[in-house]
Amino acid sequence: MTSETTTSGPLLRLSNINTFYGQAQVHFDLSIEVQRGHIVCLLGGNASGKSTTMKIILGLVRPRSGELTFDGASMLGLTTPQIVRRGIASVPEARRLFADMSVRENILMGAFVRDDSGEVANDLERMLALFPKLGQRLSQRAGSLSGGEQQMVAMARALMSRPRMIVMDEPTMGLSPLFVDRVLDLIRTINKEGVSIFMVEQNASLALEIAHEAYVLQTGRIVLSGPARALKDDPRVRDAYLGGAEVA
Amino acid sequence: MSSWLDYTINGLILGNVYALVAVGLALIFGVSRLINFAQGSIYLVGAYVGWVAVVALRTPLFITIILVAAIAALVGLIIERFGLRPLQNSVRIAPLLATIGISFVLDQIVMLTFSPNPRALPSQLPDIRFQIGTGTIGPLDILIACIGVTSALLLFVFLRYTKLGWAVRATAQDRDAAMQMGVDVNRVNQTVFGIAAALGGLSGMLVGMYYNQIDTAMSLHATLKGVVAEVVGGAGNVPGAVVGSLLLGLVESYGVAVFGTSYRNLFAFLLLIVVLVFRPNGLFASAKQAPPEPLTGTFIAPSRPVHIPRWALLVAFAAFALLPFLPVSSYVLQTLINAWLFAMLALSLTLVAGTIGQVSLGHAALLAIGAYTSALLSLDLSVPVSMSIVGGGLMSAALGTLLISPSFRLRGHYVSIATLAIGEIISLVILNWESVTHGPIGVSGIPPLSLFGFELVGVTSIYWFSFAVMVLLALLQVRLLGSHIGRSFRAIRDDDVAARAYGLSLNRYKALAFIFGGFAAGVSGGIAAHLYSYINHETFNTQQSILALTIVILGGLGNVAGAIAGSVALVGLPEVFRIAAEYRILIYGIVLLLLVRFRPQGLLGTI
Amino acid sequence: MAADGDSTNASVADHGSLLSVRGLTRRFGGLTAVDDIDLDLAKGELVSIIGPNGAGKTTLFNLVTGLDRPDGGEVRLDGAPITGYSPEKLAGSGIARTFQLGRVFGNLSVMENVLIGAHTRLRAVKPATPLIGPLLELGLALLRPAAVRAEEERLREEVRGILARFGERLLPRIDQPAYSLSYANRRRVEIARALALKPRLLLLDEPTAGMNPTETTEMQGLVAELKAEGLTILLIEHKLDMVMRLSDRVIVMDEGKKIAEGAGEEVRNDARVIEAYLGHGLSQSAAAARETAA
Repeated sequence: MTSETTTSGPLLRLSNINTFYGQAQVHFDLSIEVQRGHIVCLLGGNASGKSTTMKIILGLVRPRSGELTFDGASMLGLTTPQIVRRGIASVPEARRLFADMSVRENILMGAFVRDDSGEVANDLERMLALFPKLGQRLSQRAGSLSGGEQQMVAMARALMSRPRMIVMDEPTMGLSPLFVDRVLDLIRTINKEGVSIFMVEQNASLALEIAHEAYVLQTGRIVLSGPARALKDDPRVRDAYLGGAEVA
Repeated sequence: MSSWLDYTINGLILGNVYALVAVGLALIFGVSRLINFAQGSIYLVGAYVGWVAVVALRTPLFITIILVAAIAALVGLIIERFGLRPLQNSVRIAPLLATIGISFVLDQIVMLTFSPNPRALPSQLPDIRFQIGTGTIGPLDILIACIGVTSALLLFVFLRYTKLGWAVRATAQDRDAAMQMGVDVNRVNQTVFGIAAALGGLSGMLVGMYYNQIDTAMSLHATLKGVVAEVVGGAGNVPGAVVGSLLLGLVESYGVAVFGTSYRNLFAFLLLIVVLVFRPNGLFASAKQAPPEPLTGTFIAPSRPVHIPRWALLVAFAAFALLPFLPVSSYVLQTLINAWLFAMLALSLTLVAGTIGQVSLGHAALLAIGAYTSALLSLDLSVPVSMSIVGGGLMSAALGTLLISPSFRLRGHYVSIATLAIGEIISLVILNWESVTHGPIGVSGIPPLSLFGFELVGVTSIYWFSFAVMVLLALLQVRLLGSHIGRSFRAIRDDDVAARAYGLSLNRYKALAFIFGGFAAGVSGGIAAHLYSYINHETFNTQQSILALTIVILGGLGNVAGAIAGSVALVGLPEVFRIAAEYRILIYGIVLLLLVRFRPQGLLGTI
Repeated sequence: MAADGDSTNASVADHGSLLSVRGLTRRFGGLTAVDDIDLDLAKGELVSIIGPNGAGKTTLFNLVTGLDRPDGGEVRLDGAPITGYSPEKLAGSGIARTFQLGRVFGNLSVMENVLIGAHTRLRAVKPATPLIGPLLELGLALLRPAAVRAEEERLREEVRGILARFGERLLPRIDQPAYSLSYANRRRVEIARALALKPRLLLLDEPTAGMNPTETTEMQGLVAELKAEGLTILLIEHKLDMVMRLSDRVIVMDEGKKIAEGAGEEVRNDARVIEAYLGHGLSQSAAAARETAA
């Protein structure tokens, strides 16, 4: 699971993205960068526009204006399958596994865009090493697993396409503390192997523990951004979530 | 003398055949949340391709089977690519109407190519029977079972072990997540339609061989049976569809054993209604869950209705009223009489389907109730004709609403399926309730139209009578639409959740819509009965329901002026251009498809 | 007032709560969306419900307004039990609600949308006669005797009065179909529709979702006006500024449970609330930073 660092410059870049749902504006000149090999998190409360950002990156929603590039190439107008083939994998909000398919089938679905069945089989083995608990559950119906176990499957599924970047939507939501720790460890491990991570999270403290950079979104605008370490102790993050002086 | 084992075998074989149709429907519903009304037409295509292969080309059985499957699959692919994919982002009602239109067009093409007369479809298999316990089976039974089992196995292998098969399953469970795995959902839809069509086509061929008869009426019933089996097994549930089909086959077989062949279809449709009302999720799911919503989004295309100034309406009224004074042939007047009768049906349907959003596909049944009531009242009870027509309207309003009420709790496509089935049930009841309706003999010698004792002799007086009644009903409907009831209807159509939150009882207003609409349709049927002087269970049929639907879409859903204009156009123009009757229905189907694709709000806009 | 919910409101409960909820529970398969919630709302109070995504707030609304049936617990309106009643019935009892992201009748005009709000108040044209009531309603709607026409005209006047609250935003568009309005205007129409019901209890589900700061301030002003006029309001909101300024009390939900209740400022500084929103860890450093800043 290595990434190819061919050119310099950010791996993913959103520039001045403006998104609308019908008449309601959801993003106002949104600009975000994900550097190669970094973990970047997007924080914000409800109705901040976080999930829509994910949908923009995956091609599920089109912005009205702005630019979206991945490794220098524009991605606007591409279909979701095309975007996935470019090297982006996703761990959707609330996992969204294929509930009636087995764990094994779910993980293998992650490799759908690949043709090299031999290597895919090897990767499956590697997943089982990374997620030992899943070995016992391979033939179980994915819908019958606990939330935390499903998250493991979702992450394994995402890794199977050998992506250069994984986009995660609230990976710790609804998980018990034990699994939260596990998920964060896994994210770190995956990142060390060179996969860039873009994470949308509501749980700011957790996200800031592992991220390199962070952006804070409030009603569609980036109100804070910078190295995660700096933001961790910044009271303005709390204010952005809980109201208080409207920032920016 | 058939034994119970014979009936069981018969039921299972029949079930096998239904399974081929139902599994196709389940696959399509699972992947795109669409009830494919054209499935029966593909079934029909399969039967006739089989005929061509067996009788004209004399191909060996094995080749015939492959030919039928391949050509049917091709038809399915074409339907998906050109009929449905362009509608992906369209309003909710569009794919529903599109598959109805496609089914019409396909049926007519087959009928025009082969004529509507039934044909024999020999199976080319030896006519021997094997003894099994107290029953017998023949080679065709074995063939059907083999094809059924083989198809099931192939499908299983496909879904379980191939990449594309996984893509199909993934898309059925979570379309967005599947896309995020890189699945090309369009390709999945294509594949599923192809498979469903191949299975449906084979089914048609096999049924044709089983009864050694094929005819163009097979289509609608095949769709309905397939839907029954699919709903019983749980919408979108493929193994469930198989079980539901076998169950349906057995129910039908035993039903025929006990009650006779004319009740065959009745059981299927009653089973459908019972399941839809009590267990919409099918027999194998818990009762509490809400069934999967067949397609969400806005129901109709929002549009501003074309505003027709009052003076234009008055001019049109005067023109049509004074028409008999001009030197026009009685042929023109007769055509317009027909148009006014259809306009009354269209007014009824545009209220029910357009204003309150219940896309009823069995509306012709309301005509039938009104017609029979009026005929029998005037014939058997010597009620004066003008009164008996009103009686027909009232009976249609009351009985029609009562019979359709099981569909009130349903949403989306299920309403259409339920109303289609109810319409068929009513037709079957009329056929079988001989003591009242005289069964297949029909009712003859119906007294001619008369008003206050004066018989309406001559085309002109009948023209004015039907025109006046139509205008009266239209004015009443306009008044209704302008009242609080009209806006309540439209609120329910636009958002029934919000409507309920503000005190609107869905059952109450759906019932009122069908009462009002039922009256209009019943009156139309009543007038027709006295005009034709003879009616039977086939006089008012599904084709009229579909024509009414096309008129309503053409005019604009909910649009009163549109319903009238649409009737004149679709009833009158084919006469003007002297288009032969066989081609008309084909044209109606094409018109429906074009409207759905390019102008779903119709000519005059939805209200 | 302590932030511990249970004992505090026992006194309010027996002394004229307009809305009283006890032990309300709703499960979806393995997930408990609403977990043993108690709530009291006195006449004229404005109580806000806040909490992170998935906390169960809208489910709670759905249970109170009849859109969903609870698995346990009871709801009372002015002492009378209303648990599990249908939405239609509750509308007739004077409960009005708005929906997350707004649900207006797209093809109906602004006037018609708001008139639907007054549906439960129709008397002349909707006699309460059992059995033949619907037929009478049909007949009266077609005949339109003087009393019916007068009622309709009176309601239309009322609607104009309600729309006047929104200044020039809705009145000039009174006959336009709702689908043609801007998002903010559609949400205003929704509120107007709720007001037309002349509710005893108004439930607002994120009335400012998707609105920009100016629109939000306007909406905030409107809600404050309604409160000043004595309307009892239950509000779900995320813009906590607004919540703090408007509410008599704030209830915080997380994972289906009530985790805090009290006055705005108290709740905002409650460690459990901060944790629910921001997660464990940051809350401590933020609290420390606040202390040093204070």
